[in-house]
This record gives sequence, structure tokens and C-alpha cells, in this order.
Amino acid sequence: MSRRGDRACACAESGFPMRLVVDLNRCQGFAQCVFLAPDVFSLHGEEALLFSPRFDEAQRDRVEKAAAACPVQAILVDYSDEPTKRVEPHVG
Amino acid sequence: MSADTDVQLLRRQGRIVVVGASLAGLRAAETLREQGFTGSLTMIGDEPFEPYDRPPLSKQALLGRARPEDTALPRRRDIDAEWRLGVAAESLDRDAKQVRLTNGDTVPYDRLLITTGTRARPWFHPEEAALDGVFVLRTRDDSARLRRKLTSGVSRVLVIGAGFTGSEVASACRELGVEVTVAERGPAPLVGALGGVIGAVADRLQRRHGVDLRCGVSVTALEGDDVGRLRRAHLSDGSAIDVEVAVVSLGAMRNTEWLAGSGVAAGPRGVACDAGCRVFDVNGIVTDDIYAAGDVARSPHPLFDYQFLALEHWGNAVEQAEIAAHNMICAGPDRRPHLWLPMFWSSQFGVNIKSVGVPSLGDQLVVAQGSLAEDKFVAVYGYRGRVIAAASFDGAKWMGFYEQQIADGAPFPPEYRMVDRRTETLHPVDPAFPDPHLPTHGATVTLTGHSPSERRVAFVPSHA
Amino acid sequence: MTTGTLITQITDYANRADPYPLYAELRKQPVRRQDDGTYVVSTYYEVRSVANDPRLSNDTRNRPPGYARTADADDTGLPPSFIFTDPPVHDRLRETITRPFGPPHSPRFLDGLRGELAQVVTELLDAFEGKDQVDIVEDFAYPLPVTAICKVLGVPREDEPNFHGWADALASSLDPQVGEEGKEKGQQARQDLGAYLSDLIETKRRHPGPGILSALAPDMTPADLEATAVLLLVAGHETTVNAITNTTLTLLRHPDILDRFLKDPDLAVPLIEEVLRYEPPVQFVPWTTALADIDVAGTTIPKGSPVWLMLAAANRDPQRFEDPDRFDPDRKDNEHLGMYTGIHYCFGAPLARIELHLAVPELFRRVKFSRLLEDPPPYRANAVLRGPRHLPVAIEGLTA
Repeated sequence: MSRRGDRACACAESGFPMRLVVDLNRCQGFAQCVFLAPDVFSLHGEEALLFSPRFDEAQRDRVEKAAAACPVQAILVDYSDEPTKRVEPHVG
Repeated sequence: MSADTDVQLLRRQGRIVVVGASLAGLRAAETLREQGFTGSLTMIGDEPFEPYDRPPLSKQALLGRARPEDTALPRRRDIDAEWRLGVAAESLDRDAKQVRLTNGDTVPYDRLLITTGTRARPWFHPEEAALDGVFVLRTRDDSARLRRKLTSGVSRVLVIGAGFTGSEVASACRELGVEVTVAERGPAPLVGALGGVIGAVADRLQRRHGVDLRCGVSVTALEGDDVGRLRRAHLSDGSAIDVEVAVVSLGAMRNTEWLAGSGVAAGPRGVACDAGCRVFDVNGIVTDDIYAAGDVARSPHPLFDYQFLALEHWGNAVEQAEIAAHNMICAGPDRRPHLWLPMFWSSQFGVNIKSVGVPSLGDQLVVAQGSLAEDKFVAVYGYRGRVIAAASFDGAKWMGFYEQQIADGAPFPPEYRMVDRRTETLHPVDPAFPDPHLPTHGATVTLTGHSPSERRVAFVPSHA
Repeated sequence: MTTGTLITQITDYANRADPYPLYAELRKQPVRRQDDGTYVVSTYYEVRSVANDPRLSNDTRNRPPGYARTADADDTGLPPSFIFTDPPVHDRLRETITRPFGPPHSPRFLDGLRGELAQVVTELLDAFEGKDQVDIVEDFAYPLPVTAICKVLGVPREDEPNFHGWADALASSLDPQVGEEGKEKGQQARQDLGAYLSDLIETKRRHPGPGILSALAPDMTPADLEATAVLLLVAGHETTVNAITNTTLTLLRHPDILDRFLKDPDLAVPLIEEVLRYEPPVQFVPWTTALADIDVAGTTIPKGSPVWLMLAAANRDPQRFEDPDRFDPDRKDNEHLGMYTGIHYCFGAPLARIELHLAVPELFRRVKFSRLLEDPPPYRANAVLRGPRHLPVAIEGLTA
């Protein structure tokens, strides 16, 4: 997980949406992330986790807390704005 | 020049090409850079999107809790790659060591990684497949289109195939308040992956949530109206259902056609590679410069009698990509085997389903913890007296234990006393997998035999 | 040194301030049999594996006669609280109790308390005005979690002087070295606290108010709810206080990191997790029992054996954490066991984290610390719920 102050903070401060993914093989449904960031994570039933793969600056602090608190460290967050160079025009 | 020098040169200024810019391709690229590869890196992807995450497409994206276009995968690090997105690889020339793209460009490589994955198996009848209202679900665009349709006031959806994707779509439909019929050729949902005993639980879950589930039938034809919109589906039991939407969930096909004639061991069952992810050629000789990872790869697993396994699993894509990347840029003795234990999850009808090992290899099953009747349990699969797999419904916290049991080859049935063991299910039963020769939907592990030398079967181009 | 004496030393009050060298000694043998037949597990992977083993029970009634049992297992007229039960009873109770407390039914309940708890933090710190010395425990780290758990449960904060003593006595009885007298005190406290809460619950049944006890009253038997209320009130009292105090103490002992933290308050997030690894508020779990033989690290723990899981030792295992005795908030992949693991993962963890996230940055933003007045500070007797009894510090000022 990158933290504020790391390399790619500029994009976040300019409102660039941030990405996350949860490794749901690791996830055991402790739901600590749901308690700490209920707008980004939710439980579907008693155990299945749903998450928003993209979040904005307003949620950043909560998502960082959620990722840090995950008992199995299953949450990957990044703020990279590395461009994907040379995207070809859509074929077909 | 010694081999070691070659490796050093490769790491410094080699050219690595990754064909397939999805989860496996991305994680491989990150691993290459992480491990000090400073040469050129080219990422080729047929979709015009940066790598994105697919599991949400059949879950939160259909429910409207996340937009399909927001599923781009987070990066572990910058990868400084040249991206060729929206253009597919067309062929491989091993002698010239280059990949030809559909736009005519050629991309030379010193090392090639094949992560072209799979695509949704289309409806078998092309004209019917083209009807307005017939969907598959694999890509971002598929998910966005299906979501739009589901929320536009459809009266009934037909899901063809009750594997994991089909069942998740049915679950989303019910949650959106949409009527849904599920047609499954096998005797129960999820039967190919988890067997009939657990399939019966999935069956009950679906019906309890208002799914019109029809097992043991296949869809024989999709009928359109005069402006080409789907209006009816015909089933093998002679019945017909009026539907506006059909979601074809008949599993996946491996994207290997572009490798036809290239001389590598690729076919409908995947790209055969060794445990170090090195691809075999058609003679069963391992190549040194071509690697494969993710859904498209099949490789032998020592825990499962060295059978070749092709795993359409998120976790496999990540792990195998890391192994492949590592092995691509190091000398022989430093190479690592891909020994990942198959593992996957699904969430449907409010239940979290997890599996570890290869349930479909099991010849016996016990419900070790919890109760099938309560939809909360861990089922353990045995094969010739040892634990080979486990599946849980809302029992994820126990799966680490069973993972270890499988890795240890622990005896089956487990005789020990443990928490939440119920007396009524102590006897091992047949897990009730369908005859492997009969097609079912949605097994996510495919046993593909013992060696790549079955090429005469494997290399016949698929017409399915 | 015999194995018996190592455990005796760990529980000996003389070593309370720094048990970590003893834990290091303990880890040399990952699974250790004590003379009384108890097995002590102290290395990271072994603790995690045994804690997640379905052959391990949290119900001390599964121990053969003669072995220590928790106060919950004794006949106090109350059923065991959910932490001392096994599935399926455990899972049903925990799911029920989670209904008004957290997801899936009430994901925003705790989040909704942030504002009130922030106000409590402000008031506690305002009271530092004009002082040149405070006791972090009495003046800050204790009152915040007590207020928080009272709000969560719906227990009147002003009754705290009544139940403070009971909570202490019951928590002390979890310490395996407490002796017969302490054990009886614990049982008595469980009954007395239970009686107090039982009256309160009865009132709430008739006149529901805020807090989860009112919400749970229709769904639980009076006895189960009473047992739950006792557990949560005690746990809310006796653990987060240690987490807040340990964070303060650890930061004051590491001026370089404190300096960074003052410049970058966002460091709080990884820093708090690192404290939970480095100085976990629950040091070990001495109340589990093997239901069948368990093979771990080449040792068989026989069926019926009491098992102690040494979380604080596991959190310093060099096989898992590089340079484990270094306090390092930049640590990656900090999958510590400070809140336990598996189905008995700390129920109050999210509440504790919300309190820590509110309290720690605000404490260090507003208070200009001068120095620790006693290092090490005096510790409470409890070896399990280990933490300073007082943390006197000199302060130079307070910012608004």
C-alpha cells in the first residue's frame, strides 16, 4: 500500500481516483474494512465482501485505515498515475 | 559467453513481450521490474483497456455498486512498459522470435510470456447468439451492457448454465428484483466444480431466492422476433419460456488460436507448460524463451499426481505470473516451481463460497463442520484415503486449516473431534460428481491429462 | 532453566515491564509442555495454525478435571459468554450480537459514534490545561474506552464507579496465576456485574434506548444477553486502555518516530498497527483446549491438554517479522496477531481502532510532551491483559 507522502501523491491531490482490489482468496470476512470504510466496503450476507474498486479523495483516509487494519492484509491500494503509453485506437 | 552472462544481459537490456494485458500479465510485469529487469517491456492486449479486475463484473458491477469501467487493477509499482492495447496478437514466429499483431506490426522478443487467458464460450448457434438480448459475461463491456439491460425493466432473464458465473448472475438478478430462470444440463448448480451433494445446497439456495431453476435440461434454441430481439427459449424437455434476456454462461474457451502452427503445445485445453511455466513445444520439449501463466496455462501439479491442471482462478493468475516472471529472468538453478494450491471464491445469494484443492478429484466427502441444512459448513473431499479438497459456505475462516491438511496429504476421512462437528454427517458419502465425459457448466479446474504429448487430441482446432 | 520456570517468570509480576526477552527464550522451543500438562505455543506460524485449528476449543469445560477453567465455565448462574464457547453456539451468538453492532446489518453504527467520541477526546485533553504533569492512564487512556463502551452498550456512564471494581476483578481472574482467591473474586464479580446489568437490561426491555443492549433485548435470552453485556463491558474496560497507553509510551520511547509523526499525522495508521504488533494489549490466550491430538512443529499436543497461545511472543518472531524487536511503523505486510486471528478475532477491534485513530493523533497534536516521569512505568498485575497502571508524563503545554 502506498501512503500519502509516497511517490505518487500528486495524482491523488489533484483528484485522481484511486484504485483498490481485495484478494478474496485471502479475505476471511473479518469485515474490519466495512466498519472502517462503510462507503467503500460492504458485506453481502454474513461473510462475502463486496468493494468499490475505485474511490475518491474523500474516502482516502478511511480506505487507508481499512487496508492497514485488515487482519490478513488482503487489500491492495494504489495511487499510481503511471500512464499506459501508446493505447491503440479501438480495433473493430 | 556463459549462460550466466546471458541472464545478466537479458536482465539489463533484454526485450520481454507479454501477450495478454490482464491480471496475470500485469502482475508478471510488476514482478519483472521488482526483480530488477531493466530492459524493454511490451504489454499487448486485445481490449482497449488497461488491466482490470474481472470478478466484480458478475457481482458488484451488476448490482450497481461499482461501475464496470472502474475496475482497473491497482498497481503494485510502476512498470515502465510500452502498452499496445486494443490490438490482438495474431501469430507467433518462434524462429524469428517475434509476435505479429492484427494491425500488421511485429514485436520482437527475447522472452515471451503468454497470458492471453480465456473468453466466454459463445452460444453455439451464431445467428441466435447475435439476437438482441443474448449476452455473455466476461469483459467490462459485457458487464456494462448486461447491467444496462437488467435495469431497463426486463420481465424475465434466462441464465444458461449454473456454474459459478451463471449462478452469480442469477443471484444479481434476484437482488435487482428481476425474474430469472436458470437452465442447467447437470443435476444441480455448481455440480461440475463441487459435486451433487453440495450442488443440492446451491439448488435450495437458488429456489429459496425465487429462481426458477430447471436442472437436467438444456436450451435447444433461442428464438427472435422479426426485428431480431430475443423473445423465447426452447428447452430440451419440450417446454418454452418467454424471455427478453439470455445470459450464456457455458464456461470459458482458452485464447490459443493465435498460436496455431507456431510449434508450441497450445490447443483448446490451453498452453502446456512445465511447473516452472516454460511452454512445451509440440514435441513435448520445453522451450527456454516462452512462458505461460494464468487461465490459459496448464501445468503438472505434484499434489495431484502430476496431472496437468488448467486453473481459471484469480489467485492462480497472480501466483503463476509471479513464478513465470521470476523464472524468465534467472538461471536454471534459481528457478521456482508453481506449486499453488487451487483456490477460489464465489459470492451468491448472500453466501460466501470458498474452495481449496481440487474437489472434482474427490471420491468421498464428509461435512466436517457445520450443517448443509444451515447453509453454513465445511465439506472435505477425500481421494484414496487422503484429504484432497475442501469447500465452505460461510466458513472462510477455517479454510487455512484445510489448505494445510491438503498440503500435508492428511488422512481422509478426518476422524478427529472438532468444533461444530455434527453427528448426522460423519459418514463419508459419494460427492456425486457427474460423469466427467458428460458436459457440465462452470468447472473452474480442468484436469487435462498427464502430459502434453496427448497433442493429437489437444491440437485439433476447436469448433465449439 | 526448566520449562516450568520460564512460564512462571513470564507471569511473575517482576517481569511485567519487559517480558520480551522471556518470550524470545520461549520461542526457542515453539511448542513447550509444562509440568502440569499445559502446552505453550509461542512462534508465529504455530500460534496462527493452532489458533485456526478446528480441534481447538475456547470452552474450558472441555478440560479434564483439575485444570484451570475460566470464570465463565464455572457455575455462576450465567452461561459462558460467546468468547468462551465454540461453534455452532459461538457463531450464532456472535452473529446475533453483531446485528446492531456491525455489518452486514449495521455497518455504520460505530462510524456514527465518531463525532461523540471525538468530543470526549477533546474534553479529556481540555482538562490538561494548566497542568505540568498528567497520568495518561487515569486522565486519558482509561476514561475514553469506558465512555465508548458505555455508549455502545447503552450503559449510563455515571454508573462507572459501581462497576469499575467488578470489571477489574473479572479481568484479573483471566490471569492464570491469579490463585484461588482471585478466581473466587472473579466469579463473584461476574455475578455482581451480571446482576447490575441484568437490572439494566430489564429496564431496557421495557424502555428501549440507544445502544446495542436495547437492540439485542428482543433477540436474546436474558441470561445470554447478560453474559454478553458482562463480557463486552469488561473487554471494553481492560484492553483499549492498554492499547492507547502502550502507543503513548512507545512513541515517547522512540523520539525519532515521534518526530516524524508530529510532522506527518498520517503516520498514525501504520503506527497504531505496529503498536498492536509490538505491544499487544492481550499478550496471550491461556484459555484454549485441544479437543483431539494436534501435531504442530513436531510435537503432539494430546487431546484434553490446556493450550496457551502466546500472541506477544509470536508478534516478535524473527521467522515472520524482520528485526522484530524494532518498532517500525514502515513495516510492510504487518499481519500481526495483536487482535488475535480466526473465529474469535477481537469483537471490539473496530471500536478500539476507531478510538485509537481519534485519540492518538489528537493527543500528540495538542499536548507538548516533555518526558516520561517513570520508565518503565508501574504495571498492572495482569500478565494477560498487560499494561501500565499509571503513565505519568511531564507536559509543557497544550494547543487548542
